[in-house]
Amino acid sequence: MAHKHIVHSYEEDLQALGRLIADMGRIAAAQLEGALDALGRRDVELADEVAKRDAEVDALEREIGEAALKALALRQPMAVDLREVVSAIKISSDLERIGDLAKNAAKHAHAIGNGAVAQLMPRIARMGELVRDHLLDVIAAYQKRDPERALETWRGDEEVDDRFNGVFRELLTYMMEDPRTIGTGTHLLFVAKNVERIGDHTANIAETVHYLVRGESPPESRPKGEDTAYTVVEPPTR
Amino acid sequence: MALASTLPKIVARDVDCFYGDKQALFCVNLDISEKQVTALIGPSGCGKSTFLRCLNRMNDVIDGCRVTGKLELDAEDIYGPDVDVVKLRARVGMVFQKPNPFPKSIYENVAYGPRIHGLVSNRGELDELVEWSLEKAGLLGEVKDRLQEPGTGLSGGQQQRLCIARAIAVSPEVILMDEPCSALDPIATAKIEELTDELRENFTNVIVTHNMQQAARVSQRTAFFHLGILVEEGETGKIFTNPGNERTQDYITGRFG
Amino acid sequence: MSEATLGQSRRTDVHTSDAAQRRLRRRYAAERRFQLYGLFAIGIALFALGWLLTSIVGRGYTAFTQSRVVLEVEFARDVLDPDATGDRQVLSGANYAALVKSSLREQFPDVSGRRERRALNALVSSGAAFQLREMVLADPSLVGTRRAVSVPLSDDSDMFFKGFIRRDVGESERKLNDAQVGWLDALQERGLVERVFNTTFLTSGDSREPELAGIWGAVVGTTLTLLVTLLLCFPIGVAAAVYLEEFAPTNRWTDLIEVNINNLAAVPSIVFGLLGLAVFLNFFGLPRSAPLVGGMVLALMTLPTVIIAGRAALKAVPPSIREAALGVGASPVQTVLQHVLPLALPGILTGTIIGMARALGESAPLLMIGMVAFIVDIPSGLTSPSTVLPVQVYLWADSPERAFVEKTSAAIMVLLAFLILMNLAAVLLRRKYEQKW
Repeated sequence: MAHKHIVHSYEEDLQALGRLIADMGRIAAAQLEGALDALGRRDVELADEVAKRDAEVDALEREIGEAALKALALRQPMAVDLREVVSAIKISSDLERIGDLAKNAAKHAHAIGNGAVAQLMPRIARMGELVRDHLLDVIAAYQKRDPERALETWRGDEEVDDRFNGVFRELLTYMMEDPRTIGTGTHLLFVAKNVERIGDHTANIAETVHYLVRGESPPESRPKGEDTAYTVVEPPTR
Repeated sequence: MALASTLPKIVARDVDCFYGDKQALFCVNLDISEKQVTALIGPSGCGKSTFLRCLNRMNDVIDGCRVTGKLELDAEDIYGPDVDVVKLRARVGMVFQKPNPFPKSIYENVAYGPRIHGLVSNRGELDELVEWSLEKAGLLGEVKDRLQEPGTGLSGGQQQRLCIARAIAVSPEVILMDEPCSALDPIATAKIEELTDELRENFTNVIVTHNMQQAARVSQRTAFFHLGILVEEGETGKIFTNPGNERTQDYITGRFG
Repeated sequence: MSEATLGQSRRTDVHTSDAAQRRLRRRYAAERRFQLYGLFAIGIALFALGWLLTSIVGRGYTAFTQSRVVLEVEFARDVLDPDATGDRQVLSGANYAALVKSSLREQFPDVSGRRERRALNALVSSGAAFQLREMVLADPSLVGTRRAVSVPLSDDSDMFFKGFIRRDVGESERKLNDAQVGWLDALQERGLVERVFNTTFLTSGDSREPELAGIWGAVVGTTLTLLVTLLLCFPIGVAAAVYLEEFAPTNRWTDLIEVNINNLAAVPSIVFGLLGLAVFLNFFGLPRSAPLVGGMVLALMTLPTVIIAGRAALKAVPPSIREAALGVGASPVQTVLQHVLPLALPGILTGTIIGMARALGESAPLLMIGMVAFIVDIPSGLTSPSTVLPVQVYLWADSPERAFVEKTSAAIMVLLAFLILMNLAAVLLRRKYEQKW
């Protein structure tokens, strides 16, 4: 933004909105991290704490929604300001979903056993860390209004999808080979899916950041790597 | 017809305008499409009103005002040596910032233009035209029973609609509006805006406004002037969500330094 | 006071402290003083006006009455028409003064001697004989009859009855001798003297005899002169104002013209008189003392005022009206004639009336073109010799007879009435054309 607004309070309102988004993004990332941690260590207490902290994310979403509505009503933003406010609404909604997904993932910490299949958890966690890095990156891109950086993470979502595909196949294989793993495996499947969804929302945010700065959607179509819908694993022949 | 509507109604090429030694417009290039509302926005003194007044040569009355470049209405030079200004102004009507009805009756206000241009041959036709114009301007219902009362006795918004009725009574092809709502309350403004939208059916409309929301609401295309230069022109939806020029952006978002 | 306390006081009690109250009181006091100055000024103006009016009315109102005496007049055939021809020529040439004299002798049969008789005859105006002649010419059957006729008394008798000639001063110091005073008293005792409204003053022209002098000639002269002035200066002035204000380009020439017009408005009026004398009388050979020439001279004098007022009025018309008219495609001439001029008309009328009022009161330029001549006849046209009210005032003020003092004041009253009528007409016209926008 080359110049500041003539009306100081308008400028401050918009900046406050940006700060709220950044805060919310960092909390969402922390929630994801907490969830992964709780799952990795089967730490039920931490999982509960993560679930409880989701309320904070929800509250921030409401706060951002109200601030955005107020800005729309009182300032009638135009052009980049309008995109700013609309983006804030969209990003906060994505972040709220991320918070929810992290909470849901954390809840599975209660149900994951110690079977052979549990050794897949670290892979899921690494996938989660990648997603978290993307999320932090995209929040940084948002703060810096850097569409290139946002596009980078947006393209990075393909890798997350690839990893999810791998985890998905492996889990299916495990469960097919040994029905005792089905319990934990199903839970892990949900966790992995949640993490993958968080990646999708992160990519959404990246798209929004690009739109916010450039006024248009990313030039290329979204890389889609997730193809588990078509994944079929044949049962081993006895 | 399809071809005709794609041709611009008014074409401006390299238009410069001077008031004495002071240059008010620099090399303006702008196409104004037929049967659309084109909004001219920009800060005070940016030349948007000057440009508007070039279109029906209202600047002629100002001493020392000079216009160079090419300005065409239907491919006819507006500043050509054989152009009849009276006829030009009949084709390009104007509504002003301050409602300025003549201090005469409502009827006389509307009837004046058709009368001096000889558009009607008898009283009955004139009555009909006055009624049609008032109807088009959305004023007939409010003044039907008091056509002989002075036009200056109406409210500000009604006066402005009376001025619009007066302008359209001459059956112009283009209506220029110079900040028509700047002296009106929001309800009267809304009525004028609605009217502007309806008039698009029959007339080409160019509106100068300081109110960006208004430009956004009523126009299909928007042109942004700054310091006598046409900075950007484009589809209104684009200008107000994603303007191409940083100065346009700064102006419409209220960041002017 | 330190910086901090200064800041403190600035923040809290700038408008409530004692100092602030004192400032406020001073401001109100100044305001009241200013109003008092204004009232004082208006008071002085009103006082001066009141004084002027009382002195004029107080001195002049008596001129509107006239003392007359009712005499039994014998329209003796042997005096008027001894040969009984009934010829108008004979009747109009007869010696009517003899009829008056014999009537007076009837009243005072014991007056004898030429001197006494002449003194007695001097009590009645010489106009009495003219009055009798008019009566007989209008109705020749009067010849040979006898009837009571009310005839005007002489100016000195009139002055005596109005109390301006006092009986308690020495005989040598008053215009009437003791005998004349005695006769007048006798006439009054007999109930023959009457005070009536002075129609002569309002209907006749000037005269050497104060009791026969009237203002009507001057009123008609003034009316004709101002008519010429109005007909010349209004259209020319308005046309000039409209051209200069609406059409003329702003350049060195129009600037020069504007400066000249402004200067002309301040040129002493006598200069216009000299101009009229040189151009209209000597060069064009127009008649002297004529309302036509007077009106032309006054029109020259009034033109700058009308043009300046007209331009101011045109300038005061909101430009939005011009734009509105031009915007619907009216031509510049249509714009001016149909919209701007009607709106400016009240202002132009005011300016014109101010100019006309000045012209009405003007005498100096008219002296130059001979309108100061002694003219008895009521002017009948634009070229007949005439005089105007201010010149009449000047002439009468210059006359030695005591009776002309009241006439002078009365003439001023008529002049003022004329002015008020003109202004009234202007107000009515304004009200008719005034429009709000």
